[in-house]
Amino acid sequence: MAEKTYLQAISDGLRQEMRRDNRVFVIGEDVGVYGGAFKVTLGFQEEFGPWRVIDAPLAETAILGAATGASIMGMRPVAEMQFADFISCGWDHLVTVAAKQRFRAGTPVPIVVRLPSGGGFSGGPFHSQNPESSFAHIPGLKCVCPATPEDAKGLLVAAIEDPNPVLFFEHKHLYRRIKAEVPDERYVTPMGKARTHREGDDLSVITWGAMVYTAEEAAKQLEDDGVSVEIVDLRTVMPWDKEAVLESVRKTSKVLVLHEDNRTGGFGGEIAATIAEEAFEDLDAPVKRIAAPDTPVPFAPVLEKAFIPQVEDVVKGIRELAEY
Amino acid sequence: MAVREAEPVGSLSEVREAGLDREDLLGIYRNLLITRGIEERGHILYKQGKIPGSFYTGRGNEGAAVGVATAMAPDDVGTPLHRDMGVHVTRGVEPWRIFAQYMGREGGPTRGRDGNVHMADARLGMIAMVSHLPAMLPVAVGCALSFRIREEKRVAVGWSGEGAMARGDAHEAMNFAGVRQLPVVFICDNNQWAYSTPTHLGYAVEHLADRANAYGFEGVVVDGTDVLAVYREAKAAIEKARNGGGPTLLELKTLRMEGHAVHDDAFYVPKELFEEWAKSDPIERFRTWLRENADLTTEEEEEISARVKKLLNDALSQAEESPQPDPATLLEGVYATPEDLDTPHHK
Repeated sequence: MAEKTYLQAISDGLRQEMRRDNRVFVIGEDVGVYGGAFKVTLGFQEEFGPWRVIDAPLAETAILGAATGASIMGMRPVAEMQFADFISCGWDHLVTVAAKQRFRAGTPVPIVVRLPSGGGFSGGPFHSQNPESSFAHIPGLKCVCPATPEDAKGLLVAAIEDPNPVLFFEHKHLYRRIKAEVPDERYVTPMGKARTHREGDDLSVITWGAMVYTAEEAAKQLEDDGVSVEIVDLRTVMPWDKEAVLESVRKTSKVLVLHEDNRTGGFGGEIAATIAEEAFEDLDAPVKRIAAPDTPVPFAPVLEKAFIPQVEDVVKGIRELAEY
Repeated sequence: MAVREAEPVGSLSEVREAGLDREDLLGIYRNLLITRGIEERGHILYKQGKIPGSFYTGRGNEGAAVGVATAMAPDDVGTPLHRDMGVHVTRGVEPWRIFAQYMGREGGPTRGRDGNVHMADARLGMIAMVSHLPAMLPVAVGCALSFRIREEKRVAVGWSGEGAMARGDAHEAMNFAGVRQLPVVFICDNNQWAYSTPTHLGYAVEHLADRANAYGFEGVVVDGTDVLAVYREAKAAIEKARNGGGPTLLELKTLRMEGHAVHDDAFYVPKELFEEWAKSDPIERFRTWLRENADLTTEEEEEISARVKKLLNDALSQAEESPQPDPATLLEGVYATPEDLDTPHHK
């Protein structure tokens, strides 16, 4: 057990898997000599060589397609998109080939796609997005969005073990900001099991990724007002832990769904609809959503701040719910 | 590394040098007949209303498909397309399963989950195509990459049509394969028409094989109606890849002798073009060659035809007996389970 950043936890988890299983290899842009744009694979090429840490041409479809082909031949590829935003260049491959191959042809595609995602430092429209909802909509794909260093490692191991294409959204704003104890040994954090980040009685915040910490900060601020907030960290958006969400809603009777992705069509809508269908009679207030507005991610810091849900937005939302 | 135009195959001794004995030649002939026979019966099934959706054939491409597949080793893998029925036949997919696939039955390779030629038998080293051509080229490159990582002497064969060569996937796949000199052979079935779009609206170079030069490997243009020339060139390219020589792009020229799919009468293809290419039918051409060079007798010919006819008639009956898929199983298999990885490849 040692304190590690979210980024170190991912890096350690990946290195551990590569040491124990020579089917695991890394492919992506600048992942080798440079160690990855965020240095997740720093030192990997020295340890594992250029054929297990593959510097690919700047071609996302080639990277993802090659990962799929290699996985069908028995390898366990971990592909890196330099930024989650660039997965749009590989959308066709993931959605058309990787997601559907098991269903229609019986061929599993056990690949992991690492996706540095999220905003908070003026990355602008093309280096800040959170596209998990788009992929959660596609049957056959799994979407993982860890919030803590411990989960980041355990879910990465789970993703590599999983026999399906798994999109691993690692939030860039957590990379070096969040530190916590991470077990040294290998462990698997199961997908589809939410985590109660904070216990509370008055209302539930359902969220994932970096918004877990935004919610936590808001909850702390509201302690003095006597509002007890429960935070449920979904950990994985597909599959998502419906039971844990409904259980928390039944306990508190009020719910705020919070995410950093755009509002319309964001995964929060699915969660809200499910709560309305299955826990309507347990609710004491309408389900509330806080999400980014329906614009591209803006560049200027003041605009980006207006775009990404802030602690004060969540405090305000929780107050409204508490007072309902 | 200028593009090379392959010579036609001449004598039996030349073919022997390329690794085929007389039995192999008769096997190729049989596979050609089965391939065409399957698609001819498919037309009948379609007219009988037994094939849902549309129906696609590779008439005119039988020699190209069978020639390449014959050149592959059992451990090699590939991603054949909808004009490449001959690949499935040569790799040993039982014809009844193909008819069951056409009809959306449980016994087809996709168990009714996908239609027409969107199928493959993974146990025979084939990976099922998708509609978004040439999406399987990067996948073939990935197979080759795994062989390179594990230092296995295996080769992946990736197929595209000339139309789909306009898409970025083709570029990304060939570029990556060239950079890493991976053991992959790219087959371009150039049948001159991408649905109704002729080649001059699809690419500006004289030969698609010219592109190989830009990716750092050899391109070869082959008459796709000459099954033996296709075999010889595919064999050379596959063995070159196996021995560390990197990729090759083989452009196999044919004419698509039917419409894009069964609904399409191909009115846009000049009649004279059909007449010209009909003289170069791959099966007729090979039969004549066998008579002239390998002493194929009328008795042998009749015996092979009769056997193929029986095989296909039996296959049709077996396919018709295959049940419809059970709608109660619809949700199964969207996600793979760990047990699904219990295959020879994944161990």
